[in-house]
Amino acid sequence: MTEQAAAPERELTALEQRFPGVVTLDERKGYEGHIVQADKLIEFATALRDEMGYDYLSSITAVDYLTDDEEAESFFELVYHMYKSTGGAALVFKIQIPRDNPVVDSLVELYPGADFQEREAWDLMGIKFEGHPDLRRILMWDGFEGFPLRKDWKEPYYEEDAKPFGNRWPGGQVYRIEDKNPYGKNNQYPDGFDPSTWKESEDPKLYEVLEKAAMEYSEDIDTEQVVVNLGPQHPSTHGVFRMAVRLDGETIVALKPVMGYLHRNHEQIGERNTFIMNMPFTDRLDYLSSMSNNFGYALAVEKLMGDKATPPERAEYLRVIMAELTRISNHLWAIGFLLNDLGAFFTPALYAIEERELILDIFEAVTGSRMMCNYFRFGGVARDLPEGTEQKIKDLVLERLPRKIDELDLYLTENELIRSRCEGVGVITPEDAIAYSAAGPVLRASGVPYDIRKADPYSIYDEFKFDVAARYHGDVYDRYLIRVDEMRQSLRILQQALKKLPKGEILNGKNPYQVRVPAGEAYGRVEGPKGELGFYVVSNGKPNPWRYHVRAPSFINLTILEKMCVGQKVADVVVNLGSIDIVLGEVDR
Amino acid sequence: MSEMNPPENMNSNGYEVPPEMRNNIAITTLDKIWNMGRRYSVWPMMFGLACCAIEMICTAASRYDLARFGMEVMRPSPRQADLMIVSGTVTKKMIPQIVRLYNQMPEPKYVLAMGACASGGGPFKEGYNVVSGVDKYVPVDVYVPGCPPTPQALLHGLMKLQEKIDSESIRTVRWYQPGGEEPIPVPILGPDIIDPRDFPKFKSVKAAPAKAETAAESAEAA
Repeated sequence: MTEQAAAPERELTALEQRFPGVVTLDERKGYEGHIVQADKLIEFATALRDEMGYDYLSSITAVDYLTDDEEAESFFELVYHMYKSTGGAALVFKIQIPRDNPVVDSLVELYPGADFQEREAWDLMGIKFEGHPDLRRILMWDGFEGFPLRKDWKEPYYEEDAKPFGNRWPGGQVYRIEDKNPYGKNNQYPDGFDPSTWKESEDPKLYEVLEKAAMEYSEDIDTEQVVVNLGPQHPSTHGVFRMAVRLDGETIVALKPVMGYLHRNHEQIGERNTFIMNMPFTDRLDYLSSMSNNFGYALAVEKLMGDKATPPERAEYLRVIMAELTRISNHLWAIGFLLNDLGAFFTPALYAIEERELILDIFEAVTGSRMMCNYFRFGGVARDLPEGTEQKIKDLVLERLPRKIDELDLYLTENELIRSRCEGVGVITPEDAIAYSAAGPVLRASGVPYDIRKADPYSIYDEFKFDVAARYHGDVYDRYLIRVDEMRQSLRILQQALKKLPKGEILNGKNPYQVRVPAGEAYGRVEGPKGELGFYVVSNGKPNPWRYHVRAPSFINLTILEKMCVGQKVADVVVNLGSIDIVLGEVDR
Repeated sequence: MSEMNPPENMNSNGYEVPPEMRNNIAITTLDKIWNMGRRYSVWPMMFGLACCAIEMICTAASRYDLARFGMEVMRPSPRQADLMIVSGTVTKKMIPQIVRLYNQMPEPKYVLAMGACASGGGPFKEGYNVVSGVDKYVPVDVYVPGCPPTPQALLHGLMKLQEKIDSESIRTVRWYQPGGEEPIPVPILGPDIIDPRDFPKFKSVKAAPAKAETAAESAEAA
């Protein structure tokens, strides 16, 4: 542990020697990493990538340090998490910019994976990224008033800064928040706004960008191109997702994803909630794999809480068992619905859902809910396995699932139609996959064997024997195969975990109603079924997080969608999207 | 068809049918025939919003088997659908599309609000981009509680919808009234979502800004 802690410090000194006066250590209590001068960002990031090998930009987020204190200064802080694609711990650096003029250089040129994350920071926090080619709102619509994640912005149903709220039944009279709003709805408008003069825009900027992108796609002959919008209500978009596509005949010349149709303000609500209240909200991020979401959030807060929240051994095993079962159920779903997108409507999905239901049965027995498990607590898990459940899991993991995964493999993998439809479609090179910050199966199917369980182990994953699945063609077929491989590896982990599952406590201390989290910041990340799922939490010692950010793998994996699709046929777009395996709850949050 | 076992009360009161013909002949009203036809062929729109959509898909899959109710024909197009299952959180960015889809559905049409979010905002009610209940914009027939409702709960909601269909009469349902039904005005994406039906309210709120302030103050005081 001490060695690991010392390593970044040595590197820091190297950094400081390399950039004297530009890089300084972040010496606030509970904080890590270093602070970089805003005007030297590009220079610094180039050196990080080209000299030090930090080629994977994992997460960009912004924090609003607004303070009423007249002596202290209010500012925005941008937090960057970088990794090496060969493994190892994070390099964290921050940039502080004034609140009244939040401008910073864009990293899109160096790390194309910064694209959507910077747009998100602009959308929700109002930070301008100079040099960003397409800085539009991403989750809200163009024309929306205000930047919702700024601390001085209040939503229409604003009650108090932090939960738990005061009495809803003053004097025995219950009131609803709707009654307090003049419109009876969740609406507010700027002063003097006249709706009759408002003209709704039909996304002119979006179509401009599409046209610009189409110009870059060189064609010898001038042809008439059409714009087609797939979604937001479309059976193949896995929810409410929209793709604006510019077509030349049947060939895609430009594609822009449009999202935010399920943006339900996870981060802002999370900053009102107390720490423990956020746990059930994380379930609803990636609603197909709620246990993994719990895992990431629990890790982040446990990092802040330190020793008093170290889970007992049995809890660690239960966590791993649940997380791996989740991975299997998620991949079953992903494969089933990839086949849906390929045109094998619903039959393969029915096979997949059948097995998933059996896993959900276990979740229901253990947690009381099929999908929204809310199972993890800081320092352990909520409940022990009920009687007979361990045997049930063993039957499933040792006997049924291996057989069924083989069956799925047998029916699908060598199928002539699937092969001809998937092979060579949507190819991502390993260089692109890293540059675009792709994560999880998308990254590994491109030949980058990066799995956080091995590269930067958390929990007790270093105790298990398993292989990182990797495939080397980077096409849709490999992204399908890798999910089959990963299910098999998950089974291996499960079989070992069930064998070694110790007896004992499941929670460090008693189940707390309110946890005390010391001030500081923490970034917890897990290898979720869809890729690197990270939670960035800033605490200022109060019962609520000051900042709560989710690094959502589905969202960032979509950055590469355009590159995958351009030049291919429109039918392949649907397949490409299915092979990324997005969940809109996580994309839009 | 005789296996389908039409409801016992198919025959109207006061008309006796000889016992040996009861499986083949019923003397009944047009309403009953009409409603029976519709209750067994409610086609839902293939329309998923959020987490609840996953449970909706599970309901349609083999274990819970929606087909038992004549509802397995999920239609991706609103033009062919009778029932809109609003399965998930309705956001302000999405509500114009939902209203448009509702307007595009041919009558008779029903709306089932599945889960806490669609019924009233649910855990995300306070969010700035969340519509607190789809019934703020489109009329809802059945509310199914849960977060998300289990497939059993959704099936129960659908059976309640069938009961509701049973109780309707062609003469009184709102879509067969003279003049038909007006489409619902589509909300506009402004600085915040604008419901065209709220236009008169804007004037009163603007005329009395002090009143709006006091409302905000009392909210703070509370």
